[in-house]
Amino acid sequence: MTNRDLTILVIDENAIRASIIEEGLHEAGHRKVTVIHEVQGVARIIDSLRPDVIVIDIENPNRDMMEHLFQLTRTVGRPIAMFVDRSDTASIEAAVEAGVSAYIVDGLKKERVKPILDMAVSRFNAFSRLQRELADARSALEERKVVERAKGILMKIRGLSEEEAFALLRQTAMNEKKKMSEIAQSVVTAAGLLM
Amino acid sequence: MANLSGIGSGQASTGRGLPAPQKLRGEGARTLRAGFIPLVDASVLVVACEFGFAHKEGLTLDLVKDVSWANVRDRLAFRQFDIAHMLSPMPVAAMLGLGSNPSPAIAPFSLGRGGNAITLSNRLYARMVEEGGLGGIGDALANTQALATVLRRMTSHGEAPPTLGVTYPFSSHNYEFRYWLAAGGIDPDRDVKLVVVPPPMTSDALAAGAIDGFCVGAPWNMVASERGVGRIVAAKQDIWPSAPEKVIGMRPEWAEANPETVSRLIVALDAAARWCDDPQNRDSLSDVLADQRYVGAPVEIIRRVLSGEFTIDAEGQRRVIDDYFVFHRGFANYPRSGHALWIYSQMARWGQVRITPAGMTAAASAYRPDLYRLALGDDATPIGSDIGIEGASADDRFMDGHIFDPTAIEAYVEGFPVRAAGSASAFDAEN
Repeated sequence: MTNRDLTILVIDENAIRASIIEEGLHEAGHRKVTVIHEVQGVARIIDSLRPDVIVIDIENPNRDMMEHLFQLTRTVGRPIAMFVDRSDTASIEAAVEAGVSAYIVDGLKKERVKPILDMAVSRFNAFSRLQRELADARSALEERKVVERAKGILMKIRGLSEEEAFALLRQTAMNEKKKMSEIAQSVVTAAGLLM
Repeated sequence: MANLSGIGSGQASTGRGLPAPQKLRGEGARTLRAGFIPLVDASVLVVACEFGFAHKEGLTLDLVKDVSWANVRDRLAFRQFDIAHMLSPMPVAAMLGLGSNPSPAIAPFSLGRGGNAITLSNRLYARMVEEGGLGGIGDALANTQALATVLRRMTSHGEAPPTLGVTYPFSSHNYEFRYWLAAGGIDPDRDVKLVVVPPPMTSDALAAGAIDGFCVGAPWNMVASERGVGRIVAAKQDIWPSAPEKVIGMRPEWAEANPETVSRLIVALDAAARWCDDPQNRDSLSDVLADQRYVGAPVEIIRRVLSGEFTIDAEGQRRVIDDYFVFHRGFANYPRSGHALWIYSQMARWGQVRITPAGMTAAASAYRPDLYRLALGDDATPIGSDIGIEGASADDRFMDGHIFDPTAIEAYVEGFPVRAAGSASAFDAEN
């Protein structure tokens, strides 16, 4: 295989993550990049596109369908196999852990594939981190909301000031060794039952 | 499910919060991470984890549910799993270097027999009755012959061949579906289109008309027939009762480095398999399997699947298959090397591999009866050779009456009227 541009197919059900990968490939100078979000009809796409590298999210249950497909391509003379660099198991383990794999046509040099997979792994990991942070931020917001509601309830039925209501929630949480949001939730639930 | 907590020593899912791995007489971690696919035939592994059998042997099983067999294979290869629930042909394919990421795997324990069936769409089945002359409840052979008649008419009318789903290129389902089709004179590579569909999606794919039939494990055939979208036309028992189904796979170098752990695991799985076979435990087993952490299907369906009570169509016609699931009896856990060779014969029959002496050795080495024997003793193993004649006894026939002689695999493969062109040994030179 000469040093021509690689044709790369990205298969990822998650459209946002796929576009992040696509952008990474463009940044690395790859121009022939195709992105699809579902594997329906992928056989035809592979047939017409003839990709050198396929980057796939492995949390997709349809991955076994791809395996079947690659088994068939073997018989039509264009073998596709998973990219596994046996001399660098750590990076392959990192890829599987991140949830991404690359399949390549037979004969492609590993030096050309490795940067692609490494980029995909780091972007997959960055994406999971972002998702985690987003989820954390959401739950922090929910916690703040419930504390506000509990404060309001305490102010109303016990005639406390806002500072006193907050102090009471915090003190109770410390005494009970619980999170303030949990105590606040109990207050809100109890108020719902009693009022 | 309320009674579950506290029974098990096992920990399902992510493996977070596990104690630091302890040493077992100098061996590696005694917490074993085990990958599995949500199917009823993962029962022995689940029960070993949930009902204290692993714990009794000083092991903790950390069960991790996965979404595809390719993932299971790769996570085992890349050391994210210590052991895995695998399709019986997967270690054979691995030892033969087949598939997109072959990495050596061995099977020292079989997870039992049974569980597969073939379901066709109501539309296709109706044509088998109308055009194929099928009357009443046909047996598996009558069903495939009727399908063959329908397919001939479809061809002559210029209709597209039906699309049928299996689960993985190296699966019992692939070889059993092909066996059933070919027994009726249908060429699975020419007369129909075989595709891969993930098991949990089979029933939806059938309902949507994306496929016209499938061969998968339990409970998905019953799920489809209960929904009224398909008709069960054959069970594994009809095709070959002894056919190996799922196994416990592991890396050979891991097994070598952890011989005591392997033995303890086999002892735990053996006890769990006995427990699964006891009819008194079937309700508890159904409850555990129905949980979202495991199979995640209605408990009522799982209970009936385990007892082999089949609703074969939407009208509620029933068929009870004796021993639809055998988890232990009749040496069901013994990994016979001869079975690995039968799988090899089917791989050759369908052109996935050519028969060579080296290939035969590699295929047979995927199953490790020696490790099973070492753990459980000679009393636990069947009398006779690990590699023997299959399908010759009255209660263990192949549906087409062929007899497998592992010492004459080439002749066996060549004896099938329907097989891939160039299969068997005629083109030996390649390997």
